[in-house]
Amino acid sequence: MSVETILFFILAAAAVAGAVNLIVQTHPIHSALSLIVVMVALAGIYLLLGAELLAAVQIIVYAGAIMVLFVFIIMLLNAGKEERTAISRTATWLGLPFAVVLTAVLGWRIAMAQPGPMAPGAEIPGTTRVLSQLLFTNYVFPFELTSILILVAILGAVVLAKRDF
Amino acid sequence: MPVASYAVILSAILFGLGALGFVFKRNIITVFMSIELMLNAVNLSFVAFGRLRFLLEGQVFVFFVIVVAAAEAAVGMAIILQVARNRHSLNFERIDLLKQ
Repeated sequence: MSVETILFFILAAAAVAGAVNLIVQTHPIHSALSLIVVMVALAGIYLLLGAELLAAVQIIVYAGAIMVLFVFIIMLLNAGKEERTAISRTATWLGLPFAVVLTAVLGWRIAMAQPGPMAPGAEIPGTTRVLSQLLFTNYVFPFELTSILILVAILGAVVLAKRDF
Repeated sequence: MPVASYAVILSAILFGLGALGFVFKRNIITVFMSIELMLNAVNLSFVAFGRLRFLLEGQVFVFFVIVVAAAEAAVGMAIILQVARNRHSLNFERIDLLKQ
């Protein structure tokens, strides 16, 4: 039981607790805050897995920009508690066990997976230098495409949210 | 490294919980947040498998997933804004104009 494993279990418990809280809560702002808890716990797990730049990007972009967008929208739309509308009984009684079975099968299959042919070598560092060397040489084309994607998303969001359509 | 193997199982659990929230919640914004939870679970599995197979491509792909999630969240929020303005409700069972 190394320190890493203990730390991982603490962070994993925090992530699962946040995810369960997201589903259980009725007011969307509580769900948003639980999702932020999940994202910060995942950033800690990325650090444990050696992905240092990714942990920082997760905090800055995901928890710091996307979740702030969510919170602003909840505030802007004055979202209140969820109302109780009629939901299909069949969906609840069939769907919930099916979701549990799906998760269990997925987890069991992944755990039983045979490791593929491993490249010989030491641990790969997830530092900024190594990651950006890969990103800007081999994967520069998808990188430029994502920049165009962001531009299109900005234009789309501005046009779609206009009041006088 | 056992942490990576446990992380894959954690990603399956988070994905299942995100799918549960996606199906059972009635507020559009909460459904969107369940989608983000599923995307986060997939990110975690990318990083974990990259660690297990000694590939750095796992982390590179997570960058692209984060960018796509950000773009999708922005456009989705704009659409939700318009829908909420027109239907005055965030309950997607009230958005049934296309129904018979």
